[in-house]
Amino acid sequence: MTAPAERFAELPKLLAADADLLRRGRWLAAECRIDIGSEPFFLSIRDGSLASFERGPKLMRSTAFAYRASDEAWTNYWKPLPDPGWHDLFALTKRGAASMDGDLRPFLQNLQYFKDLLALPRRQG
Amino acid sequence: MAPQFDPMVGRYLRTEIDGVPHRLYFEEAGRGIPLVCLHTAGADNRQFRHLLADPEVTSRYRVLAFDMPWHGKSTPPDGWERAEYRLTTQSYTAAIRAFCRAMELEKPVVMGCSIGGRIVLNLAIEHAAEFRALVALEAADFQQPWYDTAWLHRPDVHGGEVCAALVSGLIAPHSPPASRHETLWMYMQGGPGVFKGDLYFYRVDGDLREKVKKIDTRVCPLYLLTGEYDFSCTPEDTLRTAKQIPGAEVTIMKEVGHFPMSENPAKFREYVLPVLAKIAG
Repeated sequence: MTAPAERFAELPKLLAADADLLRRGRWLAAECRIDIGSEPFFLSIRDGSLASFERGPKLMRSTAFAYRASDEAWTNYWKPLPDPGWHDLFALTKRGAASMDGDLRPFLQNLQYFKDLLALPRRQG
Repeated sequence: MAPQFDPMVGRYLRTEIDGVPHRLYFEEAGRGIPLVCLHTAGADNRQFRHLLADPEVTSRYRVLAFDMPWHGKSTPPDGWERAEYRLTTQSYTAAIRAFCRAMELEKPVVMGCSIGGRIVLNLAIEHAAEFRALVALEAADFQQPWYDTAWLHRPDVHGGEVCAALVSGLIAPHSPPASRHETLWMYMQGGPGVFKGDLYFYRVDGDLREKVKKIDTRVCPLYLLTGEYDFSCTPEDTLRTAKQIPGAEVTIMKEVGHFPMSENPAKFREYVLPVLAKIAG
């Protein structure tokens, strides 16, 4: 089975293929950090697209907010039909398998976009 | 071609709640035992449109679903603009009893979901003798909060969109996309601060721990149904609640989340029809 970080590394390709999500994110500009287990990814989003997508630690990189979840959480979250309690970003935080911190305003302002963005690897099966 | 109509009819009821004049919108269909349906926080009676259109239900029940004040097409009372809306155990209970009284319903069944499920527990605690049976969907005596409701009503976050996006995770992944998005659409249409005001009841004022032990199901039968994908009111929350109430009947619904009647009407009826058949006797 492909490691969760490897699956997430496909995000730019998955997002570029999703015209609807790009449309819904068209007003969004944000810097955020997504941790897949121990691996951080840095996303710069402009007009709903990924202006940059960097994998691995970056010294003193500043972001608005971070969402971090364990490998187990992402593996379960990305199942085509996730099990109860593993099926939503807030289900993961409630069960203690994920956390969020920083300035959550851009995250909440565009919450469905981020939920759908972070669920894209589900499509790889 | 003749016009195609849904079977339910909508009207506005004039009544007082706690001495304040209200204009409540409701829809009804069917004949028989009155069945009053209570929508979830920040939503409206459209959540029950499939139940209102189900001949297996309306052949035995007069199904009535009203919009709570501030919700759907029920107008808020005059002067609403001068106060922050906050639902309480007292005001919610008063609204339901006022509706039943004004409609002259004799021993109705009340079925509510989420906050509607929680208040059904309060009806069982305080007014059991007024009801033929009570059905609590996605209900528990208390639930652990999973987000800060301050995000629901502030000028820099679109209220409708954030409410819908938050609750979208409570819908089971199996639910049909059209039903999922219809459920979310209702959340996008709520008035500013209304969902947040409802959650004041849910989070702060309506803690029924300990109180549920007073429920006597010999006076009024109580049925609890919870979807396995509801991580707000989890099956464990419902089971813990039911354990304290002798005679309460619990069903955990597979492949269903927090909005059974609207997110997956076909699946919900598999679970609710046997309960309604039992109540009808």
